[in-house]
Amino acid sequence: MMLQQNEAKAAAPAGVAAGQANEFLTFRLGTEEYGIEILKVQEIRSYETPTTIANSPSFIKGVVNLRGTIVPIVDMRIKFNVGSAEYNAFTVVIILNVAGRVVGMVVDSVSDVITLAGEQIRPSPDFSASFDTQYITGLGTVEQRMLILIDIEKLMMSADMALVDGAVH
Amino acid sequence: MSRGDEAASGGVDLSQFHQVFFDEALEHLGGMEALLLNLDTATADSEELNAIFRAAHSIKGGAATFGFKDITDLTHEMETVFDRVRNNQMALSTDLVNAFLASGDTLKSMLAARRDGGESVSAEAVKALCVRLRAFLEPAAGGSAAAARPVARNVLELVFGPFDKSFSPESVDGIVADLKDFGKVEEIVAAEAKPKGKGKSKSAKAKPVKERRFRIVTEVSESDLTDAITFMADPKRVKVSLVEAAAPAAEAAPAPQPQAGEDKEFGLFVEASSLPANQPASAAEAKADAKVIELKAGAKSGGAQASDATSIRVSVPKVDQLINLVGELVITQAMLAQTASKSDPVLYEALFNGLATLQRNTRDLQEAAMSIRMMPMSFAFSRFPRVVRDVAAKLGKEVDLHTIGEGTELDKGLIERIVDPLTHLVRNSLDHGLESPEERVAKGKVRKGTITLRAYHQGGAIVIEVSDDGRGLRRDKILSKAKERGMAVSDSMTDQEIWSLIFEAGFSTADVVTDVSGRGVGMDVVRRNIQEMGGRVEIESTADVGTRISIKLPLTLAILDGMSVRVGREIFIIPLGYISESLQPKAEAMSTIAGKGNVVSVRGDYLPVVSLADIVGIEGDVQNYQQGILVILESEGGKTALFVDDLVGQHQVVIKSLESNYRKVAGVSGATIMGDGRVAMILDVAHVVGLTHSRFPKAA
Repeated sequence: MMLQQNEAKAAAPAGVAAGQANEFLTFRLGTEEYGIEILKVQEIRSYETPTTIANSPSFIKGVVNLRGTIVPIVDMRIKFNVGSAEYNAFTVVIILNVAGRVVGMVVDSVSDVITLAGEQIRPSPDFSASFDTQYITGLGTVEQRMLILIDIEKLMMSADMALVDGAVH
Repeated sequence: MSRGDEAASGGVDLSQFHQVFFDEALEHLGGMEALLLNLDTATADSEELNAIFRAAHSIKGGAATFGFKDITDLTHEMETVFDRVRNNQMALSTDLVNAFLASGDTLKSMLAARRDGGESVSAEAVKALCVRLRAFLEPAAGGSAAAARPVARNVLELVFGPFDKSFSPESVDGIVADLKDFGKVEEIVAAEAKPKGKGKSKSAKAKPVKERRFRIVTEVSESDLTDAITFMADPKRVKVSLVEAAAPAAEAAPAPQPQAGEDKEFGLFVEASSLPANQPASAAEAKADAKVIELKAGAKSGGAQASDATSIRVSVPKVDQLINLVGELVITQAMLAQTASKSDPVLYEALFNGLATLQRNTRDLQEAAMSIRMMPMSFAFSRFPRVVRDVAAKLGKEVDLHTIGEGTELDKGLIERIVDPLTHLVRNSLDHGLESPEERVAKGKVRKGTITLRAYHQGGAIVIEVSDDGRGLRRDKILSKAKERGMAVSDSMTDQEIWSLIFEAGFSTADVVTDVSGRGVGMDVVRRNIQEMGGRVEIESTADVGTRISIKLPLTLAILDGMSVRVGREIFIIPLGYISESLQPKAEAMSTIAGKGNVVSVRGDYLPVVSLADIVGIEGDVQNYQQGILVILESEGGKTALFVDDLVGQHQVVIKSLESNYRKVAGVSGATIMGDGRVAMILDVAHVVGLTHSRFPKAA
């Protein structure tokens, strides 16, 4: 699995590229819809209460046991202050495999996997709703929906996500 | 990996095999160096010499296959020289050993350059080495020294006869000519013949000779000579007798013994052990003079080399994965046990029996898997003979290195990490601990200092000791240096506390900074490295007697015996090794200090109390100390009482890395998966104890 991920990383620069890299998993945070590269997604799980980590930021819920691996869980709704952070039967955790690490993020719901052609992706405007536009790679249009496309790897590895020691590598 | 070398042979791309060659070549070099350092030039074991030759030969073969010409050339020289040595055609000397060690180093550099693509050794340097090696091939370097030594000699008389058609007097000449290799042969001519005629009797045919007598002055014993002669002549026709036993005029410790270079191979193995009992001193010379090398009874057969046939190379990730899977199995088995414990044991007797068997099997499998990664300490100790030899020479000190317990096994990961701290400690001993030979003699000590490396198992841990018989740690010097640096010290500190000062960063009482040590950056790194491995360091020292530094390490990185405790809803694991006891405090035992915190009195000692709930930032269920549990933790920094809600139980847990997907969390040294599948944090006891002890600094 790791090998495939590495190959995928080598093949797919963040954002627009040919072939598979144009497939995005879409999910909802509050009223907004986001899209991330499907290749960064390892699996999708339902929410289970994590074990809290001492003295961690509020958006890091803790860690869970994912078939033997200890995986940190981040609640994006808390981090970016969108929607209400409820935990019910419909709460979804997207398990990501970014930069060789396995990280889970809690979202409101997951929609579908969409393929976007180059012309469906527009550059994003420079104002930001919840977070730094450096992570937004573009805006996708599918029918009536607007998808905010994020470089999820860059986001997860950034210093303010506090998941990694030190800054982005 | 490929350097674009001329590796094509038959169109096969050999570059994929380069890495294997480099690995094996480095192994051969390592083995060769160890053998060379162990080589006793006086009594070289022929098995060892052969092993050294084979190592050079293998490297040459591999290098030739891949077209590494420079490596091939150098190893060829080494091979040629060593072939002579192992066939007893050349003397083994310290110079030769040094030349070989230097060649080994150069080869290592060349291999590393090839593998990593860096700067290779210059062609001139290689050439200089080849010239140096070739110099040993000159016959002059061989055994002319044999004659220079005054040695013990026997005078033996040989009587050949009676002669007849099958055994002629002339044939004795041939025998005698061969005997010249043993020593000086003189014929004792019968009275009627020419007096004191040397060599053959010219008028052999004139008279029917009954017998011929010879006198030989030789270093070999009577029985050795007899044995030799029985190959040449019918034993019934020869009598050997001892005329004069040699006076034990021999030296005590012979200098590097050269094999007599001009002697031809006799093809005999002379038993040097059957020497006359009253000449113990001559034993060494006789052995050396004998043109053959005694076969020692396989004493140093070198386990590592011999194990070639019965071992497989396995990549470390594969082993790690295997151990991971076994760890998973342990967790699953624990989960089953926990689930089953809720059922009626009588009703499900068969199930419980099966689970008990499963538990046993799992434990056995776990031990076996752990042992795959276990390697003997000799892998760590092997480089020290070289280090000691080089550094001692540089510092002008005479040092003996003893290693005890080389077979003690330790996890491979730990072995790799312990080598650097050990090297630092050994260098410290050499530099600061041991005195110069003159100083030692002046103190009445033996001239040669001793450094001992010792490893042994103790409980669930392994202890590695570095000790020397040098000048010991100097309490006064350390104290004054600490005061100089403004550290909070007092004259009333115990020895142990003073010794621990040397672990502080930047601390060094060395008067002179050498390039070996003295800069003061070493000991703190050493302690930190060892603590990161889950171990601890202790120092014992007596002035002018010596110093002993003990490193205690857990036997394995992955499994931990722990006590689980509960705070609120969360479970934490405390490594059992740090727990000295747990108790429920009485009200009168608890008190506060200056509003800074609580202390509890345990058998007269006052220990600081810290609440686990506070450390991890959650709400505990129990607020009242008397209703909770105090777990007394002991670590390098001291003792602390940890307040928790409840004790849950004792488990053996598999340590899972938190850092592989997250980052280092202060106070937590890892995580584990409990029987119910949930994650539990493993407490970093050193950190916890450190918290309280910085709040309660020791009184100055």
